Amino acid sequence: MYEAVIGLEVHVQLSTASKIFSGSSTAFGAEPNTQASLIDLGMPGVLPVPNAKAFEMAIKFGLAIDAKIEQESIFDRKNYFYPDLPKGYQISQFEKPIVGPGRVTITLDDGNTKTINVTRAHLEEDAGKSIHDVFDGMTGIDLNRAGTPLLEIVSEPELHSAREAVAYLKVIHSIVRYLDISDGNMAEGSMRCDCNVSVRPEGSELLGTRTEIKNVNSFRFVEKAIDTEIHRQIEILEDGGRVVQETRLYDPDKDETRPMRSKEEANDYRYFPDPDLLPVFIDDSFIETCRIKLPELPDARKARYIAEYGITDYDASVLVADRDLADYFAEVANMSGEGKLAANWVMGSVLAELNQANLAIAEFPVSSRQLSDLLGRIKDDTLNSKTAKTVFEALITGDGEVDTIIEEQGLVQMTDTGAIEAVVDEVISENSHEVANYRAASSDKRSKMLGFFVGQVMKKSQGKANPQAVNQILASKLT
Amino acid sequence: MSLTSDHVKRVGRLAQLGLTDAEITETLTQLNSILSLVDQMQQIDTKGVVPLAHPLELKQILRADAVTEMDQREKFQNTSPQADAGLYLVPRVVE
Repeated sequence: MYEAVIGLEVHVQLSTASKIFSGSSTAFGAEPNTQASLIDLGMPGVLPVPNAKAFEMAIKFGLAIDAKIEQESIFDRKNYFYPDLPKGYQISQFEKPIVGPGRVTITLDDGNTKTINVTRAHLEEDAGKSIHDVFDGMTGIDLNRAGTPLLEIVSEPELHSAREAVAYLKVIHSIVRYLDISDGNMAEGSMRCDCNVSVRPEGSELLGTRTEIKNVNSFRFVEKAIDTEIHRQIEILEDGGRVVQETRLYDPDKDETRPMRSKEEANDYRYFPDPDLLPVFIDDSFIETCRIKLPELPDARKARYIAEYGITDYDASVLVADRDLADYFAEVANMSGEGKLAANWVMGSVLAELNQANLAIAEFPVSSRQLSDLLGRIKDDTLNSKTAKTVFEALITGDGEVDTIIEEQGLVQMTDTGAIEAVVDEVISENSHEVANYRAASSDKRSKMLGFFVGQVMKKSQGKANPQAVNQILASKLT
Repeated sequence: MSLTSDHVKRVGRLAQLGLTDAEITETLTQLNSILSLVDQMQQIDTKGVVPLAHPLELKQILRADAVTEMDQREKFQNTSPQADAGLYLVPRVVE
């Protein structure tokens, strides 16, 4: 048996207004090279000046993972050649990063938790973009992204499966979103992940040779890429071969990793302190200013939701994972006064609809007030679960407010016993055969057979009859 | 410590420099003479001295997060060898 050993390097684009070393805008989607200044172009004679906000964001992240904030941090040059890196080096932090050792807690599939140590997090600049397939024999370079601040978060190799790696990545994503230091959009590249993967015989203390899978851009692909790479390495070892240390890329279409063709030698980055930049000193008052600005973080919010709304540990975990979803739930729960019911609806119908329509909660057509109104009508017995679902769907398509929909579609629940009895009588007289069977059946079989009659009554009442009342009346009339 | 011509070739490759054999020999001599100076510096006892990241003993000033640069693409691309559709064009890089 083999054990996988995985460490992740997560690159998070920080959502500053300007770049890390220049006053160029970082806005997404501008015309190529319209946000690339002399500094971003790497022209001679220019001087980079670090952005205070990037430090504030990095420090907030450090505080959120209980990390040591380094008072002195130093920028280094990481040297390599690529056309979208005009200076011939990336300004990064090597020996003295702004954020030192910290830790995050992940929840495993079995519900247990595990602490994962974060080695460090450092600030660096992003590179530009290369466009390879448009110009004949030429590569186009867009330097709008060059100089966008990145926080690179490095974990210890303490993850042992693809599921654990994804759980870790989701925690990082959640923290970054709560802190509002990045939009965390993996599809657009604002959060990217390099996965270091090796395998070793179970029980062995020695680490196997690792490979690095570069730039994986979704939670699902991280899981698949790591699983695929673990299997590939185990197969090599089983066949008596050796894993080669190299950089690989994941191809989601073929579900395989393959070696990057270029620059094995280029891994010699010859770091040295950037003479253009002085050491950065962060004093305690700056750190305290950042601490004061920290919002309530996922773990704290989870504990509060369990206590305030009486929901389960599991429900709270799901709800707090996304800050916007957590806010939405809390609004519904507060307005309706129905914590448990709100949790059921948000985790059930709302999440299902978001997943199906591929929407974020911020884009969801049903406002927290509308959902709260709906819960109110369930609570006062105007709606049953079936008609509530109808109203919910009408809210999604924008058919108006809850009470208007109930009125226009005639969905008020039939609670009047007399009216329900009349429908029950009709159903009994129309289904004499089934009634005879029911009466002849033993009592343990009857409860199952009752479902047929309930279904008929609900159908005849267009779903409006109160199901509990229907059950009671049917049971007494059929005996 | 002294370098061999293999070191020079490797460093040359990393720096994307196409060195001729004569240049390698010349560079080797020059680099080794610099390194002998470094060897001399290594003799100095630096125990207890904090490594220096920058010769100026000053603190880096940080700037406020504000957009201060205007779009000067046209001006910049006038001095670039080739540009098209707003992109700088370079000889094709194959990944």
